[in-house]
Amino acid sequence: MTPDATDKCLLNAIADGLPLTPRPYETVADGLGIGEDEVLDRLERLRDSGIITRFGVVVRHRELGWRANAMAVWDVPDGLVDTVGEKIRSFPFVTLCYQRPRRLPDWPYNLFCMVHGRDRATVRQQILEINDACDLRALPQDVLFSLRQFKQCGAHYAPARPDKTKHREVA
Amino acid sequence: MDDMDRRIINELQDGFPVTERPYAEAAKQLQMDEDELIERIGKLCKDGTLNRFGPMFNAENLGGAVTLAAIRAPENRFDEITDMVNAHPEVSQNYAREDDLNMWFVIATETPGRLSKVIAEIEYETGLEVFDMPKIEEFYVGLRFAV
Repeated sequence: MTPDATDKCLLNAIADGLPLTPRPYETVADGLGIGEDEVLDRLERLRDSGIITRFGVVVRHRELGWRANAMAVWDVPDGLVDTVGEKIRSFPFVTLCYQRPRRLPDWPYNLFCMVHGRDRATVRQQILEINDACDLRALPQDVLFSLRQFKQCGAHYAPARPDKTKHREVA
Repeated sequence: MDDMDRRIINELQDGFPVTERPYAEAAKQLQMDEDELIERIGKLCKDGTLNRFGPMFNAENLGGAVTLAAIRAPENRFDEITDMVNAHPEVSQNYAREDDLNMWFVIATETPGRLSKVIAEIEYETGLEVFDMPKIEEFYVGLRFAV
């Protein structure tokens, strides 16, 4: 589906969060000048078509103790990357896994995998497990831990509003 | 944060009803009152445990574009460059990472054309090359955190 202007207004109205009222969709509907039924219908459609991927609690994982955030990267031969990617997705500690383009000569890696854990030692061990299980030990690779997080917010699509979380540094 | 808060976080990461009284419905599953659920979510947002309570979007399915970008920010200009990058509303996440490429951020735009403009703007403002690495293949997205 192609979202129309009303869909986009709706998404922007809830981008920062649902109203904390017993009938939040009615509150949103009132703000947009449409009916609650229409908001519910539109949200269903947006969810079914994969535009809204998830609805609910978005945590600040660092505050919850998930402080070790590693981006593990490998230079996997292009012909093998699908097989390896499919294997990596089965690890419970892997939160994201993508193939991305190399940027030679500065960046030789094409497989990106995020591992979030409570401490670095555990995360390093988990990345070793991936290496062993997927036979990646011999491949060029690197692990980039995050040092600070500067920004985490939902994407905004229409006129930018001031971002409350901007420049929030988390050790 | 008590056990009830933990259950809210664990249960409501995967979904929330789209119905007239969604909090009442979710509260029933969590075996608590609607009022209490609303109050607890509000408190978890306020104290910074939650980033927000609402939807996550797929920018591409919305007709937009998203990419992961990196720059090599000199140490003595790092804070200044952070400010320049984060000033763009299209930048939704930004992390300092241990590498020669030491700043990694996500850019999500309403249209594919806008993406290259944001990258060009950041390059112009910072005087640094932006390495643009949009996904070629997505193998897994399952950002969930059990507490």
